[in-house]
Amino acid sequence: MSTASTEAAEPRDARDTGEARSADRSVSGAEIVFDDVTKTYPGQTAPAVDSLSLTIPAGQVVMFVGPSGCGKTTSLKMINRLHEPTSGTITIDGEDIRSKDETELRRHIGYVIQGGSLFPHMSVRDNIALVPRLLGWDKKRVASRVDELLDLVGLSPERYRDRYPRELSGGQQQRVGVARGLAADPPVLLMDEPFGAVDPITRQRLQDELMSIQEELQKTIVCVTHDIDEAIKLGDRILILQEGANIAQYDTPANILAAPANSFVEDFVGSDSSLKQLALMRVSELDLHDAVTARVGDDGAEAARAARSARQGGVIVLDDKRRPAAWVGLREAERVGTLRASSRDLEVVDHRATLNDALDSMLAASHGGVLVTGRRDEFLGVLEFDTVTEHIQTLTREARTGESDEYAITPSEDELQDSSVEDDTGSGSKHGSEDDADPSRGEQA
Amino acid sequence: MSEQNDPSSAEAGAEQPSHGLGLLVGLPLICAAILGGWTLWRQTAELDDIESRQLAWGTILDLTREHIVLTLVTTAIVLVTAVPLGILLTRPAFRRLSTPVVGFANAGQAAPVIGIIVLLAMWIGFGFRAAVISLGLYAFLPVLRNTIVGLQQVDPTLVEAARGMGMSGFDVLRRVELPLAIPIIMAGVRTALVLVVGTASFATFINAGGLGALIVTGITLFRNSVLISGALIIAVLALLIDWAGRVFERIATPKGLS
Ligand SMILES: Nc1ncnc2c1ncn2[C@@H]1O[C@H](COP(=O)(O)OP(=O)(O)OP(=O)(O)O)[C@@H](O)[C@H]1O
Ligand SMILES: [Mg+2]
Repeated sequence: MSTASTEAAEPRDARDTGEARSADRSVSGAEIVFDDVTKTYPGQTAPAVDSLSLTIPAGQVVMFVGPSGCGKTTSLKMINRLHEPTSGTITIDGEDIRSKDETELRRHIGYVIQGGSLFPHMSVRDNIALVPRLLGWDKKRVASRVDELLDLVGLSPERYRDRYPRELSGGQQQRVGVARGLAADPPVLLMDEPFGAVDPITRQRLQDELMSIQEELQKTIVCVTHDIDEAIKLGDRILILQEGANIAQYDTPANILAAPANSFVEDFVGSDSSLKQLALMRVSELDLHDAVTARVGDDGAEAARAARSARQGGVIVLDDKRRPAAWVGLREAERVGTLRASSRDLEVVDHRATLNDALDSMLAASHGGVLVTGRRDEFLGVLEFDTVTEHIQTLTREARTGESDEYAITPSEDELQDSSVEDDTGSGSKHGSEDDADPSRGEQA
Repeated sequence: MSEQNDPSSAEAGAEQPSHGLGLLVGLPLICAAILGGWTLWRQTAELDDIESRQLAWGTILDLTREHIVLTLVTTAIVLVTAVPLGILLTRPAFRRLSTPVVGFANAGQAAPVIGIIVLLAMWIGFGFRAAVISLGLYAFLPVLRNTIVGLQQVDPTLVEAARGMGMSGFDVLRRVELPLAIPIIMAGVRTALVLVVGTASFATFINAGGLGALIVTGITLFRNSVLISGALIIAVLALLIDWAGRVFERIATPKGLS
C-alpha cells in the first residue's frame, strides 16, 4: 500500500506546521521526497521496501518506527545511497539524488549510527574533522568547527578533543558521533538508532540535547528508532511502518496518539497512550520556581542567608557559564564556607525534556524537584514535584469534565493546532493509511 | 569497541599482535649477553686450524651480512607483493576468493622449506635469486593470510560509516581499513621475518651464502664448536629480528588502538 495519492497535498501542510514551529528561525534543512521507491535485495523475492512514497518536510524531525525487519534502515540508507533503490526516485531539495556523485552527495548528508561508530584509531578531533577535511576546509576553520561542535554536544573541547574513542564513555562516544554527523553543517541528518546503545538516563540526556541542537539548527532529521517513546518525544512527525516499509501511519505524535489509524498502530503505540501523552508535554510549558543562586567560590553562609530570607530550602550553585554545579541545603551551605561544584544530588533536566522524563528524574532526586536548564545547559529554574502533579490533576479534571473525550490529558498548544479538528478518530476508516497518513485531512474537510 | 572483535577467532589462527613491554626491553639484553659470552669464548678458546679459519671474524661478519641481506631482500619483496594481493583479495570483486586463499595459506605453511628450495634451485638454478624466490614463497603465505584476515576483521559498520560520510573506496582503505588492520598485518610480517631468518640457513645448500655454511661445515667436518657457533648466531639473529619486528609493530600501530 502506498500513499502516493495523498502526497500532493502534503508538502504544503507540512511546511505550514514547520513554519509555525520555527517561527522566526530560519530553516537550514532540505525537503526529502520518496517517490514510489522500491528496493528488492538481490536474491530475495519480497521487496524490503515496497513502493514507498513520502515527503519529509524541510527542517523537521521525522522518526521512522516499526517492527524489526520492516525496512527502516533500508529506507534510510537509500537517502545517502548506501543502498540504491530498485525503482522509484528520491529527491533532496527537488534534486534527484542520483544526479550527483555519491561521495559528493554523502558529504552533504550527516550520518549518525548506533554507538557513534567512531574510528578507534582517530582522536575525537580527527573523527569530527573528517568530512570538513574531505571537503577541503582550511586548518583554522576545521579546528574552530571541531571546538564549536564539541561545545554544542556538551563536551569540553580542551578536555576531549585529543582523546581516543576508547577513552570515552558510551554516551560521550555517541555525542561525538552526533558532532561528527553535524560537522560539515549538512542540511540533512540521517540517524539510525542513534541512542540505542546507551542507558536510559544517558539516552534521555542525549535526546534532550538533540532537541536543543535542532532548535538551534533546524535541520531535516530522519531518525530510525525502535522506541516509540523516543519517537513521540523527538519527532515532529512519526512514520510508522509495517513489513515492506508500508506506511501504517504518518502523522504528528499527538495525532497518532489521539487517533491511531488502525489496530496495528494501536498495538504499536501501546495501550497506555494517555500516559504517553506526558511525553508530549515539555518541562518548558510549566511554571518554574525561582531559586537562590550563587557562583562557585561564593561564600556559603551569605548564600544561605539570602535563601532563608527568600524562604528557600537550598542554594543552587552555578559555574562560570551559568550551568548548575551543585545544589546544597542551607545547613550544608553554611558549613562548607566556600561553595564548590559537586554532582551529588544534582538532578538536571533540559527545558525541552518531557514531563515523563522529568518525573523519572524526580523519583531519583532528593530535593523534591529537578533543576531545569536551557540552551547550552544554562540554569533556568527549579521544577517542583508538586507543580507537575498539580498540572496532571488539572488536566485530568479538564478531561473528565468532558471538554474533549479524546485526550486524557490535553496536549500542548501546537499539538492542539495540528489535531483539534480530528473528531471522527478514523474509527470508521477501513483503508487506514490512505487517509490517516495525511495530517491535513481535518483542515481540508 | 569494534577493533577488539577477536581478530582471528575463526580466521584460521593468524599471528597475533604482540604487546609485551618486558620482552621489548629484555630481549636485546639477553641477546647481548649471549653474544658477549660467545665472543669471550671465541677469544679465549684453543681453536684448531679448521676452526679458526671458519670462525675468523671476517668470515663470520661476511656470512652474517649475507644472511641479513638475504632475509631483508626476501621480506621486502614479500611485503610489496603479499600485502597488495591481500588487499585485492578483500575488495568486493574478489572477496569470494579470500577464504579459500586463507585456507591454502595455512596448508602451504606445512610444506617443507628445504624441499621447496632444492626443487626451485633445480628449476631456476643455484644462487641468491633462487634462494630469495623460494624463501619468499614460503614467507609470502603468512603475510598474505594476515593481510586478508586483518582486513576482514575490520568492523563492517565502521567501513559503512566511512562510506556513508563520503569517503571514496580508496580513502576508506587508506584511512580506515589499513590502519585498523595494521596490527595483524604487522604480526604477519614479523612471523615472515623470523621464518626467513631461520630458513635462510638452508640457502647455503644452493650456494646462496648465509650462516648456514657454519652449520654445514660443522657437521661435515665434525667440528661441534663451529656448528654450535653457527646455530647460536642464527638464533640470536632470529631473536633480534623478532624484536625489531615487535618494535616496528608498536610504532606502526595507530595510537588509540593499543
Ligand atoms: N544487505 C542486505 N542484504 C539482503 N537483505 C537485507 C539486507 N539488509 C536488510 N535486508 C533485509 O531487508 C529487510 C529490511 O531490513 P532493514 O535492515 O531495513 O530492517 P529494519 O527495519 O532496519 O530492522 P531493524 O529494526 O531490525 O534494524 C529485512 O528483511 C532484511 O532481512
Ligand atoms: Mg535497522
